[in-house]
Amino acid sequence: MGSLQRMNRLLSSIVDSCNCIIDPQLPADDLLMKYQYISDFFIALAYFSIPVELIYFVKKSAVFPYRWVLVQFGAFIVLCGATHLINLWTFNMHTRNVAVVMTTAKVLTALVSCITALMLVHIIPDLLSVKTRELFLKKKAAQLDREMGFFRTQEETGRHVRMLTHEIRSTLDRHTILKTTLVELGRTLALEECALWMPTRAGLELQLSYTLHHQNPVGLTVPIQLPVINQVFGTNRAVKVSPNSPVARLRPTGKYMPGEVVAVRVPLLHLSNFQINDWPELSTKRYALMVLMLPSDSARQWHVHELELVEVVADQVAVALSHAAILEESMRARDLLMDQNVALDLARREAEMAVRARNDFLAVMNHEMRTPMHAIIALSSLLQETDLTAEQRLMVETILKSSNLLATLINDVLDLSRLEDGSLQLDIDTFSLHALFREVLNLIKPIASVKKLFVTLSLSSDLPEYVIGDEKRLMQILLNVVGNAVKFSKEGSVSISAFVAKSDSLRDPRAPEFFAVPSENHIYLRVQVKDTGVGISPQDIPNLFSKFTQSQPLATTNTGGTGLGLAICKRFVNLMEGHIWIESEGLGKGSTAIFIIKLGIAGRANESKLPFVAKLPANHMLMTFQGLKVLVMDDNGVSRMVTKGLLTHLGCDVTTVGSRDECLRVVTQEHKVVFMDVSMPSVDCYEVAVVIHERFGKRHGRPLIVALTGNTDRVTKENCMRVGMDGVILKPVSVDKMRSVLSELLEHGVVLES
Amino acid sequence: MESVNQLQRKLAEYTASLYNEKILDEQFVQLQQLQDESNPDFVVEVVSLFFEDSERLLNELAKALNQPNVDFKKLDAHVHQLKGSSSSIGAQRVQRACIAFRNYCDERNVEGCLKCLQQVKNEYNLVKNKFETLFKLEKQFVDAGGSFPVV
Repeated sequence: MGSLQRMNRLLSSIVDSCNCIIDPQLPADDLLMKYQYISDFFIALAYFSIPVELIYFVKKSAVFPYRWVLVQFGAFIVLCGATHLINLWTFNMHTRNVAVVMTTAKVLTALVSCITALMLVHIIPDLLSVKTRELFLKKKAAQLDREMGFFRTQEETGRHVRMLTHEIRSTLDRHTILKTTLVELGRTLALEECALWMPTRAGLELQLSYTLHHQNPVGLTVPIQLPVINQVFGTNRAVKVSPNSPVARLRPTGKYMPGEVVAVRVPLLHLSNFQINDWPELSTKRYALMVLMLPSDSARQWHVHELELVEVVADQVAVALSHAAILEESMRARDLLMDQNVALDLARREAEMAVRARNDFLAVMNHEMRTPMHAIIALSSLLQETDLTAEQRLMVETILKSSNLLATLINDVLDLSRLEDGSLQLDIDTFSLHALFREVLNLIKPIASVKKLFVTLSLSSDLPEYVIGDEKRLMQILLNVVGNAVKFSKEGSVSISAFVAKSDSLRDPRAPEFFAVPSENHIYLRVQVKDTGVGISPQDIPNLFSKFTQSQPLATTNTGGTGLGLAICKRFVNLMEGHIWIESEGLGKGSTAIFIIKLGIAGRANESKLPFVAKLPANHMLMTFQGLKVLVMDDNGVSRMVTKGLLTHLGCDVTTVGSRDECLRVVTQEHKVVFMDVSMPSVDCYEVAVVIHERFGKRHGRPLIVALTGNTDRVTKENCMRVGMDGVILKPVSVDKMRSVLSELLEHGVVLES
Repeated sequence: MESVNQLQRKLAEYTASLYNEKILDEQFVQLQQLQDESNPDFVVEVVSLFFEDSERLLNELAKALNQPNVDFKKLDAHVHQLKGSSSSIGAQRVQRACIAFRNYCDERNVEGCLKCLQQVKNEYNLVKNKFETLFKLEKQFVDAGGSFPVV
């Protein structure tokens, strides 16, 4: 229906309802139509331009989500516009086509608008919620912004603390630490004044020690028991204090309003606070007080983060101070050690010098003192041999006795020094035990019989005849021990017994550290000397073997000696890998001296270690070589006779020949050794040797051939060896040499060296 | 009559002088050691033998050097013998002279040999005298009642 008709109807209804007699000057239908025409035109224009604008702006925006809605909307508007446009043709008479187009347009419009209307029901709530989200995000952004600000502040504080700590800890000097703290705090927090009060030694007052701006703080002190101080010390937090409190009165009172003041405690930790397993307990009551003042003119307040900063710094300062203290301590200890080292070094050098001086002295004494001593003794002995009156004889005897005593003393002292040095070495040799004991007995018997003491000697049957050890020193030990037994016995008997110690008798319960190690080549000789003398009280026993001590009550004129005897014995016994001790049941009950020493057994494998020089007595020698048949070949009568005499002296049965033929004629298997002089120019002795070898071959009983020569050159030796001689000896031959050669020959079948 | 002690002292001094003048050496000591109960006159016997031997050898040497053609080999052999004897006795100076003699023999130097022979003779006579004196002293000592320590 056209709007014209509508308008008509409206008008008519108004006219009808009004019933008024209005003679309206109704505009002509033409005018109305014109107005409608124009309105429709503009509406169409508007309807067409709105979508264009929409499209244009949406295209620009690029974030609008509902594009297809826009398309729909656009379509709706366009169609409405089209409808209004087509209306323009329907004012007048129009053809049927126009009517059809009009109808189509209207139908389409109706369709689209209905769909759009339905769509909008969905869309509009969505659009609205977008708006809500936007609001929410804005709020959130604001909150985050606030939090960011907060973190930034904290980070700033942390940075300050780190920087301060770094500054403070970069030095280990106490003074610098404290000064740096104040300076850095002052800078970071822009303080007016910063001061440190340290407790005095007595701990009753706090003394102003460091300030930021005062150059030389006067020795200002405040008593430590002030309530404000107690308050600060009572907590580890920074506490705001009144600017009028004594600790804050750092400057001469100014005209200005002082700024806010804060005080914090600084624990002073001691070395001893740091246990390995515990954290430092703040059981120490020593604190210092740090006071910080804000600038008086500003209206600044202490912020929380600033207070936290101060607290952290105070803790760091405490740690830094304790580090400084530790360092001081260790430096001091190190200096002490260095001093000690120097002192020890000096002492060592002095000791070395002393030892050297003593050795030099001993060396000199050794010679210088012994020489006149020996002279005195020798000449006195000689004097004794001459004709003397009885009185003179007595005097000479006394001189001799005294000088012998003195000589013994010198020897003892020198021996002991060398023993202690460890420079004394035993003279190891083979000797007869029986002979040794018998000699000791012989030496002791005269003295003992004078004192009417019985001396008995019992040697067990399993003692070896010959042993290897230091004969002289063993004699010394025995004489000393037996001599003591005789000395300290006024009556009764002294019994000496010696036997081979078996494992049970090797151990002395009093000497658990003495271990006897029995072996095949050694025996442990145990000697016991028992006397019925005055005995020894139990408390003296440990001192017996120390130097220079004598049991005082018995120091009668009879007891000579230096008190060194037992000490020396002990050292000798120790050198012999043994042990010596004395048992006594008490005063008046006699005593027993016992020692165990290690001796080698002669005639066993260990001899190859020692240079075996058999110092056997001469008659024993003869028994070995007795009747040994030897042949001597030498063309020089005198030489022959001398060699014969030599061998005869050693007990051999000697046959002499003067020529090669004689030699070959005489030599038999019975001759054990053939000595031939190879310096005979006329005879080829080597040939003789070869013949003898051929004749007797390699049989065990072949005579051994030894060359005697005045030549030591290699050629001679080689020739001898070539023909298979068993030895070469250089003339002239001494008795000892011949003896040892014979021994070697008989033992090894060859002379190892000429 | 001198006392035993005096004689002993004299003997000791004389013996010492022999060693000091190097007329006798260590070997003689060894020889003396060989004298024991089973061989009481060993030293005297050996020395006597030495005298006999040496005189014989010296004669041979003189004879050999008088030859127109000196047989140096024989000469050397004799000197060698004499050297051996004297060294066995311990007659040091004789031995040394013999060594010098042998050198001249090697050089085939007759003049030198003659000179050495004279030297050897002198030394031999010297040592002979000394031995005789020594034995006399020893006899005196033993007769006076002294005795030598048995080794």
